[in-house]
Amino acid sequence: MAHRAADADSHSPDVGSQGPGTKPGSDHHVDGHEGHPDDRTYITVAAILAVVTAIEVAIYYVEAIEDFLVPILIVLSVGKFVAVVGYFMHLKFDDRRFTWIFVAGLLISISVFIGAAAMFGADDYSLR
Amino acid sequence: MAQATATIPHIEQPRPQQAGGAGHGAGHDAGGHPPTSTGLDHRKLLMWAFLASDCMFFGSLIATYMIYRGRSEDLGTGPFPAEVIDIPYTSLSAFVLLMSSMTMVLALGALQRGNVRGTRVWLAATALLGSIFLGGQYFEFTEFFHEGLSLQTNVFGASFFTLTSFHGAHVTIGVIWLLSLLFVSLRGGLKQEDSLDVEIAGLYWHFVDIVWIVIFTLVYLIPYDEVEHAAEPAVEGMLRFAALLPF
Repeated sequence: MAHRAADADSHSPDVGSQGPGTKPGSDHHVDGHEGHPDDRTYITVAAILAVVTAIEVAIYYVEAIEDFLVPILIVLSVGKFVAVVGYFMHLKFDDRRFTWIFVAGLLISISVFIGAAAMFGADDYSLR
Repeated sequence: MAQATATIPHIEQPRPQQAGGAGHGAGHDAGGHPPTSTGLDHRKLLMWAFLASDCMFFGSLIATYMIYRGRSEDLGTGPFPAEVIDIPYTSLSAFVLLMSSMTMVLALGALQRGNVRGTRVWLAATALLGSIFLGGQYFEFTEFFHEGLSLQTNVFGASFFTLTSFHGAHVTIGVIWLLSLLFVSLRGGLKQEDSLDVEIAGLYWHFVDIVWIVIFTLVYLIPYDEVEHAAEPAVEGMLRFAALLPF
């Protein structure tokens, strides 16, 4: 790890472009890119996402939790969504303005979903 | 004239990067890109704005599917979702796309460290996984056709194929984009200072992944209740909404 960080710093083309939140020399200061995590973190996140997906599929077949299936699936799905956006898309480490732009679109999208469901009764169909 | 020429160097003086998040500004200044008023790279900002708009696009498609997927049974026109959807098979597709997100971010990390060969390997792996996903989707669509479900069969088929086909089109564009980057890299045109090019392609690719995370849950995993669905058709719902309007 130390070798990787040292190698990254020696090759980084933009070490002077660190934002105010960057901690030079810290473990997360890789490649001078606002503290993007290292490969091990990415692999760990991917492994967690794979496990969560396996859990989602497994509980789909468990009749004992049938009544709670939909909320559990939604929570797990939201967790996967946040992990990919936060770590793989780097929103957790990038400028906040990127987050606001994306969240704005996301909120409008969710509003459309809720509005359409309210108007046309999607609850009668799927969210048992 | 002398005055005009004297002002040009003043205008082109590079300004210090203010914001983080761009994270690439200085490097790209060196590559010939001018600094921006926001301190953020405009290409990255544009990609995030596009992804926000694409959220609305897919949000509308998913909402439409959720509303219409049960209408077919009201009308008695199968095949129905429970008859054709294969959860284990789609789970494998979801896993493949998740892993492609990992290889994509590893490609970016490799290039940011100056490891061009590693970037090529991970870009090729990502394109391969994306192609496997597309092959799986083609197989799934073929199976559905054999089951008698098509775009014209019923509203479930229409909304399902519209939603998943648009997602597949996004994946196809992503694979082409990745292969283009790989081609440029093999010709020596993708260097460490070009890591933002890979990062922007990566943002698009990860977005395709998160859309599938939502589709996988809402379209495939949330069960369709065949007993309790006796609800009014869409037109009746619209009339109820219209009755609430004050005019």
